[in-house]
Amino acid sequence: MNADPMLPARYLVADTRRETHDSVSLRIVPAGEPLPAFRPGQFTMLYRQGVGEIAISVSGDPSAADGSLTQTIRDVGAVSRALCRCEPGDIVGVRGPFGTGWDLESAAGHDLVVVAGGVGLAPLRPVVLGALARRAEFGRVVVITGARNPREFLFREQLAGWADDPRLEVTLTIDQPAAHWHGQVGFVTEPLARQETEPARTIAFLCGPEPMMRFSAEALMARQIPAASIRLSLERNMKCGVGLCGHCQLGPLLICRDGPIVDYETAQPLLAVREL
Amino acid sequence: MTFPAAVLSMAGLDELISTLAGDGYRVVGPTLRDQAIVLAELTSAGDLPAGWAVQTGPGTYRLKRRADSAVFCHSAGPQSWKQFLHPPDRKLWSADRDGFHPADDRQQPPFAFLGVRACDLAAIDTLAGVLGAGAWPDRSFRGRYRGLFVVAAGCTEPGGVCFCASMGTGPRPGPGYDLALTEQIDQAGHRFVVEAGTEAGAQVIARISHRAAGEAELIAARAAVDAAAAAMGRQMPAVDLAGLLAASRDSVSWEQVAERCLTCGNCTMVCPTCFCTTTRDSSGETGEHAERWQHWASCFELDFSYLHGGSVRSSGESRYRQWITHKLGTWHDQFGRSGCVGCGRCIAWCPVGIDITEEIATLVALREEGAGEAAGD
Repeated sequence: MNADPMLPARYLVADTRRETHDSVSLRIVPAGEPLPAFRPGQFTMLYRQGVGEIAISVSGDPSAADGSLTQTIRDVGAVSRALCRCEPGDIVGVRGPFGTGWDLESAAGHDLVVVAGGVGLAPLRPVVLGALARRAEFGRVVVITGARNPREFLFREQLAGWADDPRLEVTLTIDQPAAHWHGQVGFVTEPLARQETEPARTIAFLCGPEPMMRFSAEALMARQIPAASIRLSLERNMKCGVGLCGHCQLGPLLICRDGPIVDYETAQPLLAVREL
Repeated sequence: MTFPAAVLSMAGLDELISTLAGDGYRVVGPTLRDQAIVLAELTSAGDLPAGWAVQTGPGTYRLKRRADSAVFCHSAGPQSWKQFLHPPDRKLWSADRDGFHPADDRQQPPFAFLGVRACDLAAIDTLAGVLGAGAWPDRSFRGRYRGLFVVAAGCTEPGGVCFCASMGTGPRPGPGYDLALTEQIDQAGHRFVVEAGTEAGAQVIARISHRAAGEAELIAARAAVDAAAAAMGRQMPAVDLAGLLAASRDSVSWEQVAERCLTCGNCTMVCPTCFCTTTRDSSGETGEHAERWQHWASCFELDFSYLHGGSVRSSGESRYRQWITHKLGTWHDQFGRSGCVGCGRCIAWCPVGIDITEEIATLVALREEGAGEAAGD
């Protein structure tokens, strides 16, 4: 095990997969000692030699036993661009996994409502895969995912498979009408508001742009689902990943340590303040 | 276990420095440089700032001559011990074709800090609570912290920006020292009453020239330090600071302070507990060799909260709010204590003289005003 949290472990890029025009999934395998297994919701610090390091959530199957990690990166800056351009055989540095997880275990016996916006589906895929792997432990599994247009959905083939899977209730929605789109149009909050949920037995998992998560959480609370049953994945600037550098503060929280998964009871008053 | 108090002469203090140096410590203490009392490696007691004091106020720090030759009668300077325990710039690792190699700073000799006032002793403990504790401690910090030998100095002459008494950190040095000195100058001469806090401290005293301290001498030394509580230039309002700040996120005072704040980050650099860092990655021209360095960062920098698309805290008011709220409020949530020790450096070294105690007083007044208005409605 890599005991120094500041020192990256060498991983080899095994496969790359272009998800959308600006997003790529990398499957990476240890070139030396593997890092500890990740819990859904956790992130790693991914380093591209000579460019830099950023926090990226783990998007792969939590049951993968080969020590590989799958991470989905959206090209929004210098480091993410360099990572998106990785090719099989390239070496990347990885630290982690860090942070809190979605804690799917504690949701056993509940209905799951998974709400994702855009690239926010990446850290939620392990939740859906984890729930499918132990499907009998959960009640309904509702997946609502939105994108700007049909080409912006991550994991499109898998989503098509999920849509046909009777064990899941999947809704895909896009922001604007588009040619050849026969699904929903509108924000995720619309299909979410139509869900017949049982407040006491529902646990929600949200990831996407902050306003989308806030509106989704409010829509759930309007259906009497308690804030404590709504879990969000938050994002702030991360440098160390282990609570030492101070960058990722959101009020009392160090998002790398106390998050990224935080319940809405904690997050609600913090997200309501501008520039906190 | 308590150890008998002793008295050192100036020559004894010099012996203390040479003994610690002989034991392999890098002895760091106050010395005069560039019109300020800074912290640097000492070779003898002659390096100490004999006969100098400082005058401090908001945006003000001036040396002033003393009538006597006291060496520890000056309040906090621009530097703190953080400089040594948590260096401003430090290599984390280098990488080449064979992999990542941690920077090896374990070979450095340990530090002995001489002249640590109560506020700064509390600051060292506060830093240790952030960097040396938790699930992922900073190993480099922990190595330096564990090897530390601390000679505290009871503060008898606090400055104009000092408020440690109201933060509960001083003026009497709290636990964490090996030795605590109180400097005394009177008809009986220039001497240092020494109390040992650890066995290691007592052993060092046993090896240098000293005499036993009389009961009256010890009482007088302690009284001189305790009297400093009443001589501080400032006071933090005695309110629940964490609660006040959590309730003041939308206060109008942030806009007012932002009109003066230059967001220069001086307060965070001089603060003995501000621990934030960022990293700098570099690589050689061929791309085969790369390094990562860690250096101090400040929550006043625009980049500090950068996320794709922009910075979370782009306005000056949000950055000042972040700094003071973290220091006095959310530090409790994150690390179980306050991040402020009352040393006053942020007040003295703020180029526009923003005063952390005054800003809190403003928030208290605004809250009371708000409560009054609500009651009047």
